[in-house]
Amino acid sequence: MEQDKPARDCDLDGMKQGVLGKPLSRSEGLAKVTGTAPYAAEYHVDNCLEGVLVTAPFTRGTITGIDKDACLAMDGVVAVIDDSRMTARPAQGTADEAPVQQPQQVCYWGQPIALVVAETFEQARDAAKHLKITFEADELDEIPLDPQEAETENNQSTRQGDLAQAMNDASHSVDGRITTAGHASAAMEPHAAIAQWDGSTLTVHASLQMLNYNISELADSLDMEEENIRLVSRYVGGGFGSKLGISEETVAASIAAIALERPVRVVMSRQQVFQCIMRRSETTQRLRLATDDKGDLTGFGHQALVSNLPGEEFAEPVLQSSDFLYAGENRVLELDVARIHQMTAGSVRAPGEAVGMPALEVAMDMLAQESGVDPVELRLRNIPESHPVEGTPYSSRKLAECLKQGAEAFGWEAGPRKPRHTRDGEWWIGTGMASAARVHNISEAKARVTLKPDGTAMVETDMTDIGTGTYTILGQIAAEMLGLPREKVLVELGDTQFPRGSGSGGSWGASSVGSAVYVACTGLRKTLGERAGVSEDELRLKDGKLADGTSVTDLLNGGDLSEEGHYEPGDIDDDFVAAGYGAYFAQVRVNRFTGETRVERMTGAFGFGRVLNEKTARSQCQGGMVWSIGAALTEALHFDPRDGHLVNCDLAEYHVPVNRDVPDLEVIMVEERDPAASPIQAKGIGELGMCGGAAAIANAIFDASGARVMDFPMTPDRVLAAMPAS
Amino acid sequence: MRPFQYARPESLEQASQLTGNADTMALAGGTNLIDLMKLQVETPQELIDINRLTMGEIADTDDGGLRIGALATNTATAAHDRVRQDYEVLARAILAGATQQLRNKATTGGNLCQRTRCYYFTNIDQPCNKRDPGSGCGAIEGIARLHGVLGTSPHCIATYPGDMAVAMAALDATVEIAGTGDRARSVPVRDFHRLPGDTPEKDNVLEPGEIITGVILPAPVSGRQIYRKVRERSSYAFALVSVAAIVDMDEGRIARADLAFGGLAHKPWHDPRLSELLVGEEPSAAVFDRAADLLLEDAQGYGENDFKIPLARRALAATLADATGVEL
Ligand SMILES: Cc1cc2nc3c(=O)[nH]c(=O)nc-3n(C[C@H](O)[C@H](O)[C@H](O)COP(=O)(O)OP(=O)(O)OC[C@H]3O[C@@H](n4cnc5c(N)ncnc54)[C@H](O)[C@@H]3O)c2cc1C
Ligand code: SF4
Repeated sequence: MEQDKPARDCDLDGMKQGVLGKPLSRSEGLAKVTGTAPYAAEYHVDNCLEGVLVTAPFTRGTITGIDKDACLAMDGVVAVIDDSRMTARPAQGTADEAPVQQPQQVCYWGQPIALVVAETFEQARDAAKHLKITFEADELDEIPLDPQEAETENNQSTRQGDLAQAMNDASHSVDGRITTAGHASAAMEPHAAIAQWDGSTLTVHASLQMLNYNISELADSLDMEEENIRLVSRYVGGGFGSKLGISEETVAASIAAIALERPVRVVMSRQQVFQCIMRRSETTQRLRLATDDKGDLTGFGHQALVSNLPGEEFAEPVLQSSDFLYAGENRVLELDVARIHQMTAGSVRAPGEAVGMPALEVAMDMLAQESGVDPVELRLRNIPESHPVEGTPYSSRKLAECLKQGAEAFGWEAGPRKPRHTRDGEWWIGTGMASAARVHNISEAKARVTLKPDGTAMVETDMTDIGTGTYTILGQIAAEMLGLPREKVLVELGDTQFPRGSGSGGSWGASSVGSAVYVACTGLRKTLGERAGVSEDELRLKDGKLADGTSVTDLLNGGDLSEEGHYEPGDIDDDFVAAGYGAYFAQVRVNRFTGETRVERMTGAFGFGRVLNEKTARSQCQGGMVWSIGAALTEALHFDPRDGHLVNCDLAEYHVPVNRDVPDLEVIMVEERDPAASPIQAKGIGELGMCGGAAAIANAIFDASGARVMDFPMTPDRVLAAMPAS
Repeated sequence: MRPFQYARPESLEQASQLTGNADTMALAGGTNLIDLMKLQVETPQELIDINRLTMGEIADTDDGGLRIGALATNTATAAHDRVRQDYEVLARAILAGATQQLRNKATTGGNLCQRTRCYYFTNIDQPCNKRDPGSGCGAIEGIARLHGVLGTSPHCIATYPGDMAVAMAALDATVEIAGTGDRARSVPVRDFHRLPGDTPEKDNVLEPGEIITGVILPAPVSGRQIYRKVRERSSYAFALVSVAAIVDMDEGRIARADLAFGGLAHKPWHDPRLSELLVGEEPSAAVFDRAADLLLEDAQGYGENDFKIPLARRALAATLADATGVEL
C-alpha cells in the first residue's frame, strides 16, 4: 500500500477487541529483567574466538606498519586482522552502503585500525594493547579541529523577505548566540557482534537498529550478496541512533569469522563506543526574532554551525522544525558544516530538534521577556496558518492544545517573568516553559502476519525493538485487527529472515511497521470475510470469534493463513507538513551560592497521533524528558583542543542524569489522530520528549535566578557566570 | 589487563612481605584498581588480595575516639551509629560519594588510595607524568575541568577525587600504617596525600610493603558538622569543589573552624591559617571573604577549571553561613 492521501477512516477504530492503546507492559520485559533475553554478545556459540579492536593513537595520517609477529607470539593470539574492508567509521543511518573503509587511513583520534583475535577475551585485550604499529601522522597544527576556525560548507539555506529590515523595524527583537555541546547516545549495551561463517552463509548476532539497511551495508562492505548474510538483533540494549548503521565491530567480526573459519565475537569497550561510534555535533546558533508591538513574529532567523568529518553527508539538522514551527514572513534559515577531524558526527536521539529546539525556545523566552508577552501566549500567537514559506497546510497539529493543557496541568502562572521572585533558603525557585516539535518521519516497511490453526497469530518482520516497546505494540495492532487477546499474538523481530521492516530510527518504527502490520491484517480480514461470507465492515472479531460465535480457526481449513503487508509512504508528504508537537513546563531550584540547578517538577504535553500503547508511549515521553534534563544541565562531550580526542569517554564522566536528578515527570498525551501521517494515524514518539525540553529548564533557571545562560549544558560554573550580582 | 599473579594472604605480616615489591599492589574492594587494570593504567605483576585480613572493625578507642578498620566498607562506616552521631561530617561525605553499589564494596584504605580521575591519566595513549613519569602532562594545556587550582606543579595538576578523606582531614584523623616486620607508623590524614611536585607518580606517603590498617578519629568535638559537595549532577559525580567543616560558636563568635576542601588539589586541602583567622571572629560576609582570600591567595586556574576559584569562595561562604547561622 502506498499512501498518497490522508487515511481519514482507519479500520482500527471499528474493531472490537479493545486492546489497542491499552497500557500493556512490554511483552519481553520479564525476559529482560530476569536476564533471559540474550543481547548480541550473550549467545553461547561453541568454539568462539574473541576479537578486540585496536585504535589509532593519533589524529590524522597513515598506518605504515603493524608488527603482527610479536603479537601473534603472545599466548592464545590467533590473528591480527587489518583488512582494508574494515570500516574506519560507523555507517550513517539509512546509508544502505558500506561506510568509509580503508582503516589504515586515519581521520580521527581513536579510529579502529585492526582487530586482534585470540582464544580468550583477556588474551585478546592484552595483545591488542601490545600491538606495535608504525605510522606517519600529520602535524597537529595542520589538522582542523575547531569548528569556528575550520572551513565550512553550506548545507541548507532558506531566505525569504528581508530579515535585517524586519529586525530594524521590530517593536521587539532578540538576537542571540546560543551554543550546545556534543552528546553521546550512551546506550547501556555496548556495540557487539558475534559472526559465524558456515562456508556459504554469514550469520551475525549484532546490536543494530535497522537490519533492513544494515544487511546491505554489511554486504557492500564485505563484497558479498545479501542472500548469504543473516543478521539477528532480537534484543537491543538501547540505540538512540548509535546503532542505526553498521559499525566497526560488526564488520571486523565478520571478516575475522570468514578468514579464520571460526565464530568471532567482538565487543567494544565503553571507551571505544564513546570514542568511535557517533557524536551529536556541537552547535553554535544564532537566533534572530522580530515582532510587532503585539508580539506577532515578523522576522525569524535561525542559523547554525555544526561539524563533521570531511566527506560525511550528515549534518545535524538543527533547523528541521524551525522551518515550519512559527510564523515570521522575513526568514533566514541557514546551516553550515565545519569540516574537522573529530570522531564521526551522526544521529543521536532526535537529531536536529534535540539541539535546535532548545536554542529556539530560549530565544522565544527572551522575546517574551523583551516584549512583555506571556511565554505561552507568545507561542500561541505565532502558530502559522500554513507553512510560512511554502504555504503547505499542516496535517493534524496539537501544539495549541499541548500548550494549553500543559499550562493548566502544571499550574502555569501567566505573565512576564520576574526573576528571583521566590526564594527558599539557599535556593531560587522558578518556572519555565518551551514548545516541542519534531518532524514526522515514516518509511517503507514490510511485515508478515499469519493466522494459525491453533488460534494464535504470528507477526514477523526484521524490525528491531530497541527497548521502546515495538514487540508489544505490533502485537496490539495485530490483536486489535484480528480480534485476538494480545497473548495470542506472537511477535518475532530482529532477524533478516523475516520481511524487511523499517528499522528503529527517527521515531518512525511504530508508524511504519505498525502500518505494514495493519495492511497485512487488512488483507487477512478480507480473506476471512470472504470465507465467512460477510462484508469486511460486518466482520466483527473478538477473542478469536466472529459475531455469530464462529471461531476464526474454523475459517482456516486446518492451515495457516498468511499475508505480507507492504507499506510505502507515497507522495503525501508533499501535500502536508506533518510533525509531532508538545509543550514542556519545568520548575527548578538554582542554588544562589553554587549555581547548582535541580529540576523539581516537569510536565510534558504531547500530541503525536494515535497512542498505540499508553504505557510504552508514556515511557518514551518520560525518557525524552530525562534526556532534556541531561541536555539542559549536564551532558557534554569534551574534546581535547590539540588532537581532537574525546576525553570524557565513560559513564562516570559523561554525565547523563541519575535518578536523583529526575523528579516525577508528568505526561499528558493529547488525544489526536493524524490521517496524513500514516494509515494507522500515528506519528512517532521516540524523540519528541526531548525536542525543546532543555529550554524549559533553561528558561526556568532564568526565572529563578536571573541567569540567562546561553550555553548548554548549564553547569554550575556557567550559571554562576551568568548570575547577575545580587 | 596484563596477566598477573594473585595471592590472598591470611595475615598482615604475610601481606606486608608480599607487597614489598614495587610491582605488587593491594586489592581491597577493587572498585578503582580493577577498572584501572582493565585500562592498563595500573599494571601490577602481583595482586595481593587483603580481604582475608581482619581489618573491617569499627571500634571505640580508649580516648573516646573511633578506629575505622582499613577494610570497613564505606557503607558500614557511614551507617555506623557513632559515626552518624559524633562524626556526621564523615557520614555525609561518604554518602555524597559514588553510589550505594560502589560504597558497598569500597573500603577505607582503598578510598584513601583511590587515584585521580584526570582524563589523561586514564588514557594510556596520552601523555601523563603521573602514570608515565617524564611523558608530560596532557591536562595542563588540555581539558582541565576536573583539575586542581591549589598546590599544583608544572608536572601535574591532578586532584585527589575522593570525599571521605576530605572529612577525615577536617576531623584531623590519623592513618595507621603497617610495614614489614613491626614497622608500624601513623600519619595524619592531612599529611597522607602529597602535592605533585616533580614526582606526581606518588599520590601519598605509602612506601612499598606498607599497608593501611585503619584510620583513627580523635575524640569528638562540639560544633556543627557540614559536608557540602558541589557537583553537576546530584549523585554519582565527583566534586567540582567540596567543603568539610566543623564549626562551633561561642557567644556569637566562632570558637572552632576546622575546614578541609576537596576538588581543589592533589590532596584534601587543609590550611591551618583559616582556623586561625576565623576563630574569635564574629561571623559575617566580610570575615568569610577574608577567609576565602586567604584560602585562594595562591590559587591558579588552568582555563577550563578557572571557575573553581570563585566557586570555592562561594562554597566556603555558603558553608560558613550555614554553620554560623549568618544570613548572606
Ligand atoms: C563511577 C565511580 C564514581 C565514584 N564516585 C566517587 C565519589 O563521588 N567520591 C568518592 O570519594 N569516591 C568515588 N568513587 C571512588 C570510590 O570511592 C573508590 O573506588 C573506592 O573507595 C576504592 O576503594 P576500594 O576498596 O574498592 O579500593 P581498590 O580499588 O581495591 O584499591 C584502590 C587502591 O588502594 C590501594 N589499597 C586498597 N586498600 C589498601 C590498604 N589497606 N593499604 C594500602 N593500599 C590499599 C590499592 O592497592 C589500590 O591502589 C567512585 C568510583 C567510581 C568507579
Ligand atoms: S594532571 Fe597529572 S594525572 Fe593528569 S595528565 Fe597531568 S600529570 Fe597526568
